[in-house]
Amino acid sequence: MRRLTVAEALREAIREEMRRDSTVFCIGEDIGIKGGWGGAFTVSLGLSEEFGHLRILDTPISELGIAGVAVGAALMGMRPIADVEYGDFIFLAMDQLINNAAKLRYMSAGKLKVPMVMRIPVGASGRGAQHAQSVESYFIHVPGLKVVCPSNAYDAKGLLKTAIRDDNPVMFFEHKLLYGAKGRRENVDARAEVPQEEYLIPFGVADIKRRGSHVTIIATLRMVYTVVSAAEKLKDEGISVEIIDPRTLIPLDKDTILKSVRKTNHAVIVHEDNLTGGWGAEMAAFISSEAFDYLDAPLKRVCAPDTPVPFAPVMENYWVPGEADVIRAVREVMGG
Amino acid sequence: MGIPGDKLIKMYRKMILIRNFEDRVHRLFLSGEMPGTIHLYQGQEAVAVGVCANLRKEDVITSTHRPHGHAIAKGVPVKSIMAELFAKTTGCCKGKGGSMHMGDIEVGMVPAIAIVGGGIPVATGMALAFKMKRLDRVAVSFFGDGASNEGAFHEAINMGSIWDLPLIYVCENNLYGASTHVSKVMKLKDIAERASSYGIPGIVVDGNDVISVYKAAKEAIERARKGEGPTLIECKTYRRGGHSRSDPGQYRDKKEEGIWLAKDPISRMHKNLIKMGILTEEKGKGIENEVKARIDEAIEFAQKSPSPKPEDVFKDVFA
Ligand SMILES: Cc1ncc(C[n+]2csc(CCOP(=O)(O)OP(=O)(O)O)c2C)c(N)n1
Ligand SMILES: [Mg+2]
Repeated sequence: MRRLTVAEALREAIREEMRRDSTVFCIGEDIGIKGGWGGAFTVSLGLSEEFGHLRILDTPISELGIAGVAVGAALMGMRPIADVEYGDFIFLAMDQLINNAAKLRYMSAGKLKVPMVMRIPVGASGRGAQHAQSVESYFIHVPGLKVVCPSNAYDAKGLLKTAIRDDNPVMFFEHKLLYGAKGRRENVDARAEVPQEEYLIPFGVADIKRRGSHVTIIATLRMVYTVVSAAEKLKDEGISVEIIDPRTLIPLDKDTILKSVRKTNHAVIVHEDNLTGGWGAEMAAFISSEAFDYLDAPLKRVCAPDTPVPFAPVMENYWVPGEADVIRAVREVMGG
Repeated sequence: MGIPGDKLIKMYRKMILIRNFEDRVHRLFLSGEMPGTIHLYQGQEAVAVGVCANLRKEDVITSTHRPHGHAIAKGVPVKSIMAELFAKTTGCCKGKGGSMHMGDIEVGMVPAIAIVGGGIPVATGMALAFKMKRLDRVAVSFFGDGASNEGAFHEAINMGSIWDLPLIYVCENNLYGASTHVSKVMKLKDIAERASSYGIPGIVVDGNDVISVYKAAKEAIERARKGEGPTLIECKTYRRGGHSRSDPGQYRDKKEEGIWLAKDPISRMHKNLIKMGILTEEKGKGIENEVKARIDEAIEFAQKSPSPKPEDVFKDVFA
């Protein structure tokens, strides 16, 4: 079967959906420029050749405008796929996303819907504090938004297609080091086999990346890879790790998580975002309230420290949760 | 003309310093010796230099993702800029900032703000503080053509205008925001026209002519100091290289590129100075060599400087 990078898989999802449905279009900065890059991470490369510059719509540098225009177009029956070049810029669009995209259905008592996708690249990648944040957690707090975070090419394609067809605003998070675009040493290989045949991945269905019996680790995006390599090492110590990638944080596959924790009796939550108020806190509260009696030890969170992301590689590497941090947390939870 | 010869030579030297600095940094970056990402300033030197030549140390600037030239022009020591690029503790941000957050408030430069447009309200606020505290200081915001499409630009300039704040807005129109040509994202010919919406003067200058930039900035800064409010100065210019590190710039029209590269601000200033009898070829060579030696020294300093400790991440989160 074909192995695609995340960037290729996303591009294919967009292409298929744009062919299938003429209301689907892309809107963002530097996405369709001739001789350009196809967006900051090549996802829309070549699409303007097939769909033209109205459906691959290049914008001024105006994030609030992009998000708001997407909301308006969605209200009138279009299905925009908007993007920001880096997740840190999403803060400029917050008002439109939170006050309009998320609330217009509710405020109109169900008369309106906002079927839009907002693509948001996240993660530290050696670029300093304003091009590094993982911003998923801000959005799980907002009723009315769905939150998706694929960790590999197969999931990226299936989830993006579902996101495009969803009648609600979907915040779609992509990790910069997982795109698999050429040229960066730090890239993590997130390629996966992607079938030629069409498939969709429903929201709210977690993926169990690895079966195990001693401890459940919940992780998303790049952290899935950190946890997988930690689990390999822990196996040598006789610790059997079950890894769950929720794939969507809203809606959350609570059943799979609870079933796993009730089996392993130990839980560790890992995300790249800093600790306080991260989605790990919500996950921890959920597990503690629903499976408290099953836990043999307090659960642990492995997250970045509560600081902005520093530039120097030695500091950034320390800042981003690593394999050693995961191993340490698992040993502690297991009482080692 | 009225600009003393030694001032002109000083500006020329600064431009040469920026050009050589950026050329070296580019090579260090491509060879993998330097971490991170970079946006270089070659081609736009006359803007930073022409504006900053009018500023005092206590005046402040904000900058962008493309800040090395502004930093050098405002007087951030070259060694500490280089060390920052190498992510060392001797850098102006102790390795926490990197290329896109270059700056040192000790010489009046806030760490560069890499969120496009983000520096414009900040500069406006600094000018507000100067007014409230009755200080004889001005603020300057450098930003690109692309930034003038952000809401931040419009909101901030309107506020600067209604409160007659002591500042200038310097738009470096290099015809592109990343890969996007300015004509695709605005219908106006001149960004300076936007000033009229907010009732302040908007001026177009040849941003590749340091003397024109200097004069326009001088007048605007004098107005600002007198309490007559801000000015928007649009400097028409061009970046010689790609948008960022290894961008080959294939979205640019070759003819356009040729025209602009021929208007290089440094060779123009060189010719001008020779014509004026202020510079000789020999003296020019001397400046070039002296600047190169300074950069060599900065690189050596940076490479020998210590790296931060991982635990330094915890420092300076709160005051
Ligand atoms: C708010 C925001 N949106 C997008 C970007 C990505 N980005 C970085 S530089 C750039 C182009 C900026 O163009 P311009 O303001 O003309 O400055 P120039 O690069 O030409 O110096 C873009 C889109 C960003 N850094 N911040
Ligand atoms: Mg520009």
